[in-house]
Amino acid sequence: MRVMAQMSMIMNLDKCIGCHTCSVTCKQAWTNRTGVEYVWFNNVETRPGVGYPRGYEDQEKWGGGWVRTKRGRLKLRSGGRLAKLSRIFSNPKLPGIHDYYEPWTYDYDMLINAPRTAHTPVARPKSLLTGEDMKISWSANWDDNLGGSLETMQDDPILTKMSEEVQAEFEKAFMFYLPRICEHCLNPSCVASCPSGAMYKREEDGIVLVDQDQCRGWRMCVSGCPYKKVYFNHRTGKAEKCTFCYPRIEVGLPTVCSETCVGRLRYLGLVLYDADRVSEAASVEDDKALLQAQRDIILDPHDPAVIEGARAGGIPEDWIEAAQRSPIWKLMQYEVALPLHPEYRTMPMVWYIPPLSPVVDVVTGSGNDGEDARTLFAAIDKLRIPIGYLAELFTAGDVAPVDASLRRLAAMRSYMRGVSIDDVRDERIANAVGMTGTEIEEMYRLLAIAKYEERYVIPSAHTEQAHALEEMACSLDFEGGPGMGGAGPFGSSSGPSVPVAVENFHILADRQTADRPSTPGRVNLLNWDGNGDADGLFPPTGMTEVRTPGKPGKRKEDG
Amino acid sequence: MTALQIILWVAVPYAAISVFIVGHIWRYRYDKFGWTTRSSQTYENRLLRWGSPMFHLGILMVIAGHAVGLLIPREWLYAVGVNEEIYHFGATTLGSFAAALTLAGLAILIYRRRTVGPVFLATTVMDKVMYVFLAAALGFGTAATVVYQVFGGGFHYRETISPWIRSILIFQPDVTLMEGVPLLFQLHVLSAWALFALWPFTRLVHVFSAPIGYLFRPYIVYRSRDANREPAPRAADGTRCSSPTRSDCAACRAQLRVTNRTGTVR
Repeated sequence: MRVMAQMSMIMNLDKCIGCHTCSVTCKQAWTNRTGVEYVWFNNVETRPGVGYPRGYEDQEKWGGGWVRTKRGRLKLRSGGRLAKLSRIFSNPKLPGIHDYYEPWTYDYDMLINAPRTAHTPVARPKSLLTGEDMKISWSANWDDNLGGSLETMQDDPILTKMSEEVQAEFEKAFMFYLPRICEHCLNPSCVASCPSGAMYKREEDGIVLVDQDQCRGWRMCVSGCPYKKVYFNHRTGKAEKCTFCYPRIEVGLPTVCSETCVGRLRYLGLVLYDADRVSEAASVEDDKALLQAQRDIILDPHDPAVIEGARAGGIPEDWIEAAQRSPIWKLMQYEVALPLHPEYRTMPMVWYIPPLSPVVDVVTGSGNDGEDARTLFAAIDKLRIPIGYLAELFTAGDVAPVDASLRRLAAMRSYMRGVSIDDVRDERIANAVGMTGTEIEEMYRLLAIAKYEERYVIPSAHTEQAHALEEMACSLDFEGGPGMGGAGPFGSSSGPSVPVAVENFHILADRQTADRPSTPGRVNLLNWDGNGDADGLFPPTGMTEVRTPGKPGKRKEDG
Repeated sequence: MTALQIILWVAVPYAAISVFIVGHIWRYRYDKFGWTTRSSQTYENRLLRWGSPMFHLGILMVIAGHAVGLLIPREWLYAVGVNEEIYHFGATTLGSFAAALTLAGLAILIYRRRTVGPVFLATTVMDKVMYVFLAAALGFGTAATVVYQVFGGGFHYRETISPWIRSILIFQPDVTLMEGVPLLFQLHVLSAWALFALWPFTRLVHVFSAPIGYLFRPYIVYRSRDANREPAPRAADGTRCSSPTRSDCAACRAQLRVTNRTGTVR
């Protein structure tokens, strides 16, 4: 047993209202740069729908993930090492930018500077690839809320697996939202596909990252990832992906998408897993057995043998303790959380609690009591269409685990109605789904009350060894950034690397509290709060006034 | 031996080689981030799907052919049974095929670069300069092959250019070898040196990133976040701190306090 820690996320789909706040804040934080205009590390899809990029789940077409060979070994679906190298000059499985969408902006200047005319000036959409006028015809969430789905829905790879009659029924039957980030898999096929060895899984927290200095732009990771969550920056020629907001995670802050989630549906925490058994679990024969195989390699953080193994593996005490308090571990224990597409055999580590709302909607829509356990159970048994769809998403088509998860959610709904309305604790409801009333109430607290510190249990990284690192470059010194570094002589953003990590956080924190400027002679507006004026912001006014060293503005005490 | 000859056949080669080597070291140290193929496949794949493999496979054959023709003394090849006729026939047919493949690929790629809007917009000045010298080196080389090797009587470059190259490489340049070399070959050689001098400052650096290591490494790569960082602070007793923290070490305790404080900033 080799115990490793993995930072994971679970999303409670019942709570997702499809507001895209996570996508927008993520984009503002990470991909508001040239070259990644079309990139959404976090996107929210309406299901049923084709997703982003269009139809990414069709692995016959895109060749992502792993397949099991007849001899029981795992192989990359789009071919092994030699096959990859032979296709390096032109990757046949690479999605073109139009499979995502052509990014655009608007000619806003026209609104201000248009000459006087009879008609109101219009800001035309301009392509960010060519600069020409363009007709907007697709985007990252073009079929949002099933908009236009009658035309595109037949391209949903999940629906094509189901029968045609189901397809016709679908729009009436149900709809839900699926927010997606990188899965930070235990067996990442993007890492395995990278010819340069630039992609790696961090030993400490399992976050999958791209070393920007080692990436050579061979593009195999983009096609290797079955979730299409590695993107090609078309200006810098490097792969980029969701970083799990590691600079925030390292200092104990939740990811931007989690922090800003309006529905509070995201949970963050550690799980411990047995790294020795990952490939064994990923190569079980039956696709439907993959879920259980993955559950089996997740280790109980309370088990003394596991704790011993974690210590032997160099996992610090506060991390073991965080793994014990982890909401991820708890939700996996309740067996309400399920992985997305386990059949890709990458062992994804962003899991989902399937939505009960389609079932409740049908029950209440037919005039029945949507909080009655027996009615709900009966409806779950009867509503094969949505359940089958969820099973294709989360359990490789096996309806039993989806059933079990939804039954527990239904039981919780019904049991808690008893507690809060009738003041009755009906143990029979809990027992019907193999739980106790206390367990149901704990689960309710985690899912419904969802306190901040219970949703996010994030131990800080141990940076004791990194404190000596000095600030090497301005972190804002990128193209279009306030530092205005911009394109070097060799293309976009060439030049020495910018450290972006927990060190920056500490440097900034130090700077905020330091008595003197960290970079003498330079104006630092980053920490200027708008009050007073920053040193050096304005040129000296010459003879009339002798400037005293700038009076720093009053800083908010809570920092 | 005139001054011009010395400049062309001694100074230029050594200058180009120096710039090539020092330039690569400098570029790698200064600009690891810019060291990439800068692929434009996401913009356009219909032309690239043909042009890029054609060009790359062709140029790999060209490089292999040059290695055999320039670096291996012909006496060695005689010794393994490759006589002048076999060599000439092989070099001319394979070389012409490789040149045709490369030039056709390059033509497709340049056409694509000029006509596909996003690709043209993503083309840097260095790309354009590089294309000129790359096309020149390939064009002169192909022209020399066609004029002298295919239709002419055959120019014996293995008596002149090849030993001259080797004399450069062993630091005993022999300028006289280049006397009487036809103009097309001279132009080919000079444009190639220019290309070598430009090389480190163009996207051509990706040649040195050919991912051979991929064939031998394990599929899944793990790295520690501390791998590239400063070594651990020294404790008061002079020993390096072991991970993660030592409660008996004042330096570690102080650092832990900092971490805890900043870790709770909201």
